[in-house]
Amino acid sequence: MLRVDVSKRLGEFTIEASFASEGRVIGLFGASGAGKTSLINMIAGLLRPDRGVISIDGETLDDTSARSHVAVYRRRIGYVFQDARLFPHLDVRENLDYGRRMNRLTEDAALWRRVTELLDIGDLLDRRPGKLSGGERQRVALGRALLSQPRLLLLDEPLGSLDDERKEEILPYLIRLRDEAGIPMVYVSHDPSEMRKLATQVAIIRHGRVTAFGGAEVLPAAHAPV
Amino acid sequence: MFDISPTEWTAILLSLRVATVATLVATPLGIAVGWLLARREFWGKSLLDAAIHLPLVLPPVVTGYLLLLTFGRRGMVGAWLADHLGLVFAFRWTGAALACGIMSFPLLVRPIRLSIEAVDRRLEQAAATLGAAPGQVFLTVTLPLALSGVLAGMVLGFAKALGEFGATITFVSNIPGETQTISSAIYSLIQTPDGDTAALRLVVISVLISMAALVASEWFSRRALLRLHGN
Repeated sequence: MLRVDVSKRLGEFTIEASFASEGRVIGLFGASGAGKTSLINMIAGLLRPDRGVISIDGETLDDTSARSHVAVYRRRIGYVFQDARLFPHLDVRENLDYGRRMNRLTEDAALWRRVTELLDIGDLLDRRPGKLSGGERQRVALGRALLSQPRLLLLDEPLGSLDDERKEEILPYLIRLRDEAGIPMVYVSHDPSEMRKLATQVAIIRHGRVTAFGGAEVLPAAHAPV
Repeated sequence: MFDISPTEWTAILLSLRVATVATLVATPLGIAVGWLLARREFWGKSLLDAAIHLPLVLPPVVTGYLLLLTFGRRGMVGAWLADHLGLVFAFRWTGAALACGIMSFPLLVRPIRLSIEAVDRRLEQAAATLGAAPGQVFLTVTLPLALSGVLAGMVLGFAKALGEFGATITFVSNIPGETQTISSAIYSLIQTPDGDTAALRLVVISVLISMAALVASEWFSRRALLRLHGN
């Protein structure tokens, strides 16, 4: 259960968002500039809310009234960025293993096999990120986040930097992830068809506010303006 | 021409020792200062920046004299260090290393600072979301990506330390076997009748060492660019 009730002022722009969800995939849907990324940056702990509470499964991550703030690296929340952000000085294998090393987790061969098979990245292990295609990079970034064994996975437009063909290539992996990995996800996108395929619950974000919350029915029709 | 005398050898080896020690001691400090200047905003930041660059613009003899005043036997810091730690700088090779370290510090810090600034902070954020504490982020992401800059800074600092003259001779004088580096040996030889050939030998050697350092520095910088582009 993810609970978010925060406000944050960023220059002229104010985010006032509140929602709570048990969903397997919570979609944050809205136009670019609506405040979606700032919102998940707050969930990740990369951005501190001015006021409010963020909690996950009853554990408080942020509570401004109690002045509590759990640091990013202690949250165990995975984050897949639009631009992958693989470490350029490490090969794919070392990128994938990074979270395990930092969290001092024991090696888990079964999990490693499951994740590399799920994402079809077993053949890429010895390559450097610079030698990967955009779609491969994004799959490795997904694997890297999963292997850090997070309790929640944030995905910020993971298909945003890919062309349509590549999107179709990655989308099935995300659906498998939702159905097989058993990790709740927050999925940010401005593409209604992506949302329909992935999200089990949707929050519509407009001008920093949640204007609607519910199932896929709250999404606009396929080609309607956001 | 290339019959190097024992005195010249002593000066060459002493120079190498002084420059090596100066660089090795200054590097961790240079990384810390480079990181502070690249990544932190704090009160007095521009003052710190100016203080580091001061030896670059002050007449070296002024820096040397200031070192003598503070680190000399009767200097505030020098007297304390001699009494409590038995560490003496005045007229010792350690003093030459101190003078060289301070004179070369701005050249050492600059590439380190620039290479840390060039590290994509979004990669550091990604590392934090994967569970890396700030110290781990620095050691596993920031430092490796800035490593070539660190090496370039070390090479540049080393070359500068090797050639330092003004501050060193003012602070620790020109004692063969103790504080006479290549530079001060050349200076002495030029003032000695018939010293020209020996001076020229040392000149050639110091040009060779400096050229090697610059080539190495260039090579490290190019490596840094490749690394940042993920190849």
